Amino acid sequence: MNYLTRRLVTFPLVMLGVSVLVFISIRLVPGDAITAMLGTEAGLLTPAQRAALETYFGMDQSWFGQYWHWLGGALHGDLGISVTYGKPVLDVILRVFPLTLELALLSMIVALAIGLPAGIYAATHAEKPSDLIVRVVAMIGQSTPSFVVALLAIYALSVWFGVLPAMGTFTPLFEDPLKNLAQMILPALTLGFAFAAAVTRISRSAMLDILSDDYVRTARAKGVPQRKVIWHHALPNALIPVVTVSGVEFGYLLGGAVIVEQVFALPGLGRTVLDAILQRDYALVQGSVLFIALNFMIVNLLVDLAYAALDPRIRLGAQ
Amino acid sequence: MGRVQIKTIASALAIAAALAAAPASAETLKMAWSQDATGLDPHKQTAFASIRLLELVYEPLVRTDAELNVVPAIASSWEFSEDGKTLTFKLDPNAKFSNGDKVMPVDVKASFERILDEATSAAARSNFLSIETIDTPDDETVVFNLSQPDVPLLTAMSSINAAIVPASAIEAGTLGTETIGSGPFVLDNWEPNSSETLTANENWAGGELAIDGLDISVLPDETAILASLRTGQVDFALINDPLVATLVPSNPGLTLDREPVLSYHVLQLNAEEGAMKELKVRQAISCAIDRQDVLDAALLGEGKVTGPLTMPAFATDPSELFCYTQDLDKAKALMEEADYADGFSAKVMAATGEPPTAAAEAQVIQSQLAEIGIDLEIEMMELNVYIDRWLKGDFDMAVALNGGRTDPYTMYNRYWTKDGNLNHVAHYIDDELDTLMNEGRVETDPARRKEIFAEFSKHITEVSPWVWLYTGYSYTASTDKVKGFEATPTGSLFGLTAVTIGE
Repeated sequence: MNYLTRRLVTFPLVMLGVSVLVFISIRLVPGDAITAMLGTEAGLLTPAQRAALETYFGMDQSWFGQYWHWLGGALHGDLGISVTYGKPVLDVILRVFPLTLELALLSMIVALAIGLPAGIYAATHAEKPSDLIVRVVAMIGQSTPSFVVALLAIYALSVWFGVLPAMGTFTPLFEDPLKNLAQMILPALTLGFAFAAAVTRISRSAMLDILSDDYVRTARAKGVPQRKVIWHHALPNALIPVVTVSGVEFGYLLGGAVIVEQVFALPGLGRTVLDAILQRDYALVQGSVLFIALNFMIVNLLVDLAYAALDPRIRLGAQ
Repeated sequence: MGRVQIKTIASALAIAAALAAAPASAETLKMAWSQDATGLDPHKQTAFASIRLLELVYEPLVRTDAELNVVPAIASSWEFSEDGKTLTFKLDPNAKFSNGDKVMPVDVKASFERILDEATSAAARSNFLSIETIDTPDDETVVFNLSQPDVPLLTAMSSINAAIVPASAIEAGTLGTETIGSGPFVLDNWEPNSSETLTANENWAGGELAIDGLDISVLPDETAILASLRTGQVDFALINDPLVATLVPSNPGLTLDREPVLSYHVLQLNAEEGAMKELKVRQAISCAIDRQDVLDAALLGEGKVTGPLTMPAFATDPSELFCYTQDLDKAKALMEEADYADGFSAKVMAATGEPPTAAAEAQVIQSQLAEIGIDLEIEMMELNVYIDRWLKGDFDMAVALNGGRTDPYTMYNRYWTKDGNLNHVAHYIDDELDTLMNEGRVETDPARRKEIFAEFSKHITEVSPWVWLYTGYSYTASTDKVKGFEATPTGSLFGLTAVTIGE
């Protein structure tokens, strides 16, 4: 069994564990689908009415029975019906996921486009004023909560320029690219801002480490030009920690950026999960969390494979 | 390098153009709200957000107007018999469902039978238990035969939870997924927590609308709603948070409408346990709280101090009620008489963000009660967790925002009658409250009813199982081109039927 196969074999096991955990935890939270729907009026239900609703929400069976039923469906690709949307869970997820995926990709592009050059620039100008400025900006970027950035952006746009991206609905990229980008650019910049700061700091320190390595010194001694030393000899190795950070961050973003989606009113995966939890839409919570876990594992696997490609010294699965 | 720059500039320009491009269609009202409906079945949905939407699509037999008078909707007239035990409605012959079918007595009968059927789990069922049988003698008459006189029944019928739905839709079991109503609008599309599209219902018996329809966006963050109003992306919005609402008027071109509502902010006490079993301790709490001060500090003064009855027709002057002016000396004296001179510790629970001011209210109350030695610990929790505990009556004190009704009996029988479903949440009952409530239910003389409920108000604030604080406002904000919206204390958006969009 090679490395990849062994990794793939663990996927179903992790998914099973995640599904059990989510199943139990969402049901352990006080308040159920009935109180979520009726609020305090739930107290006016007669026993017969309550029983009818429990049957409707599938809460009348034992937990084990409910889980077994759900698992049986899931193995056939049927994640159940979302009670809020009145649609199959998978349909709901696949409808909101493109937005989340696009947002994650855009944020990553923003982060790498800003973070990498800034980090390398800071590393090659170490301890100079310019390095300090980059570091301070990165510090601010990492420590400012995204909702602050988001609200400031919205405020600035609406007050100074009298414009705002369309909110509340989502225009798919292939339907109207311009309108879509106009909608997505602000949230992507908001998310990318903190993400870029992390990339800057990691790429700076990785680059500094490597610039003092023997082989870089050797290259310099041989008279290789500075630019070539940095881009050719040092960068590929400096990229390894950057790939790790970006991969993990990207995996998180695929789970939806709840706060940014709330502020910009984008109907993405993050808000869908949040609303599903608040409305105790059990099937939707289970399905989406499982979906997020799967994405996370796939991204992690890709990061590990990218390692091996970047650094020949790493042999995956070497005993 | 150069190419990249040109690309960036080009896409920036494109984005700027897209941002500035205003969509055409001047006749559709662009709306926003922060909370979305949770479902489409008018008999099952009780969340404010769902009711706001369903009121635009469905109609009950009767409606309440801005003064809370009962006015015609599907029914054009109605009449109680002499003994108060039959209620007869004449239906509007022009009332039609959005599919073109006439609203018939059989639809009314089927709707109420569905509400009364326990398997439906209709939220409002308990308001209609006096209905014994329903007759449909001809094509426009519906007769409700009651087991006892039931005056509040008529106002209970004005709720959208008593909406008239097509008998065929009940038969087909499609009420949760499709909407065929007789209301002013037709719901074309609903993307939960994202948007809904409605068009004017051409079959509506209420006449022609000045707008073609509604495009509603769900913007969970109310600051973003304000920004959308500023840029004209949205022309009309509901606002929950007084802190955001008060920012609206400072924007040129925006108008804020405030409408006093029936729901009330209250500090619920658990009079069945510990120190608060003592009447004098509860009275001391009532005297120690400066209601206006809580209102000013937590809601920026956006509201007014209220007694238990919030509907104008029954409301009493709060200053006549027990200890409605803060009196710390009296509070301390009462604590001493109850042998709690050193005070006691208790927990107060509140729901995060529901209402938006809940945490602030709890903090102000905490500091006021500290004055008489009561050491409060605040427990903030997610709304459903809060509701779960509230329904179990599992709290020392609770900061609550409870819904109001147009009739005192419908509003309070659940709490303040011996067999009220939520009496265990009220944590208190005495014979006088129970008697007054039941007298008020069967009394047909309006003047006498008012006296009965005034007595109820006076007595309940004296025994002080809860400390009623104030009522807030419901807010709508609009740009200057929107004219003619009329709000009502029930928070209904039915006033949108009178809206015009100018330029």
